[in-house]
Amino acid sequence: MKYLMLVGTDPAHSEADAAAAPDIEEWFAYVTGAGKHVVGDRLRPPSAATTVRVRGGELLVTDGPFAETNEWIVGFDVLDCADLDEAIEIASKHSMAYTGRLELRPFWPLDG
Amino acid sequence: MTDARAAVAGAVAAERLRIVAALIRVTGDFDLAEDCLQDAVERALERWPLDGVPDNPSAWLTTTARRRAVDVLRRRQTERAKLREAQALAELARDLTGDEPGPYGDDRLKLLFTCCHPALPMAGRVALTLKSVAGLSTRQIARAFLVSEATMGQRLLRAKNKIEHAGIGFRVPESHRLAARTDAVLAVVYLIFTEGYAALDDDLAAEAVQLSGLVARLLPEDDEVLGLHALLLLQHARRAARTDAAGELVTLEEQDRGRWDHDRVEAGRTALAAARGTGHPPGYYRLQAEIAALHTSAARAGDTDWVRIVAAYDALLTLRSSPVIALNRAVAVGFRDGPEAGLTAVGAVAAELAEYPLLPAVRADLLRRAGRRREAAAAYRDAVAAARTEPERRLLERRLRELTT
Repeated sequence: MKYLMLVGTDPAHSEADAAAAPDIEEWFAYVTGAGKHVVGDRLRPPSAATTVRVRGGELLVTDGPFAETNEWIVGFDVLDCADLDEAIEIASKHSMAYTGRLELRPFWPLDG
Repeated sequence: MTDARAAVAGAVAAERLRIVAALIRVTGDFDLAEDCLQDAVERALERWPLDGVPDNPSAWLTTTARRRAVDVLRRRQTERAKLREAQALAELARDLTGDEPGPYGDDRLKLLFTCCHPALPMAGRVALTLKSVAGLSTRQIARAFLVSEATMGQRLLRAKNKIEHAGIGFRVPESHRLAARTDAVLAVVYLIFTEGYAALDDDLAAEAVQLSGLVARLLPEDDEVLGLHALLLLQHARRAARTDAAGELVTLEEQDRGRWDHDRVEAGRTALAAARGTGHPPGYYRLQAEIAALHTSAARAGDTDWVRIVAAYDALLTLRSSPVIALNRAVAVGFRDGPEAGLTAVGAVAAELAEYPLLPAVRADLLRRAGRRREAAAAYRDAVAAARTEPERRLLERRLRELTT
């Protein structure tokens, strides 16, 4: 099963959490070594986001993300896992699990 | 005829969970599993009175349910071939006994972990555990939780969809997650019990006791599992004495101890002894079971060993800091050192429990014991207003009347 792992910030964490966060390079080596990583990258902050809609036949292009919050998405990874527990295990080893939050969204293939 | 019906009922009671769990493992489909079992039961009710009860009723039910699953999947497969269904069919061609060797191989255990997965909302875990593990109908669960059958049906559907769509596997967690995930299972069982206990719903509480027994059989080495089983047995043993002939609540202090279920008390003690026997330091459920055991070992309320009960609450608080546990400790302190000491202890936690409905009732009771009648009456009035259930409210009103007349 494929999961999109959205990597988000979260102000609600302690300095001890930050100190306990593992190294991201180690995580990347582990997840690619295990053959579970499909693709992933950092994302530029919401200030670089552009939102696109078509309403009443008119293209509306606006500056900024979907919703203005004090938490935002800073990166993403696509994981290929046997099941949710495996994806949770991989997410739990990511440094941003300690200082941010990770959202696992299963793919919904069109033929599923 | 009646023999055959009794044989069907007996075989269902013995085998329902194994069959359903195995079919869910193989097909990943909760509804299919339930339907196939139901179909097998209907066939048994038709055939057994005519053909006689088979030599091995459990095997008959299992085989019939398995064949039904094969039929349903074959029909589905012709509609739209799916890899998962093809795999399931291949597996169903063999025997259904798919338990893997080792302590965690049992299908029923996998089903419990799946139904109690932390990625499901708590209400969904509770509902699905009662439906799939305990075998209750949607209507029964809806009634127990005071929602419509349609609402409960939706809740179950959302939980099953989440399992399928999020890819929650039918398996026992990795060993380093086992303790935390077992805790999650125990939390669901405990919540079912407390729900039944608070609502005086003996059937629901009894389901929780049964579930705790099942977990204890499946994970017999886990002291917290045994501790919860002991706790629920000991609490449920007092069931008949908790209400009087008129259905009014009777406090532990005033209960007729002769009406306690002494076999169940014994079973609770045995489970508690097994929990102690693991040699692990006492955990959250085991300590509560120790407290319940101390209550049940007092022949009269006046004989209760409040010194040891307060000590057990102290241990519980170092394990899990909680104002509600601190309030229960304050009650015990009130019995050990007198009501004024109890009131001081309540005062120390009151700020954290401003919204807790039982706080005024606890204060009222201590004030009454301390002979501070006017303050007690005022507290009882607050307690009546905050009461969560009708029987609770009537008990508090009775106390208030006793004070003011």
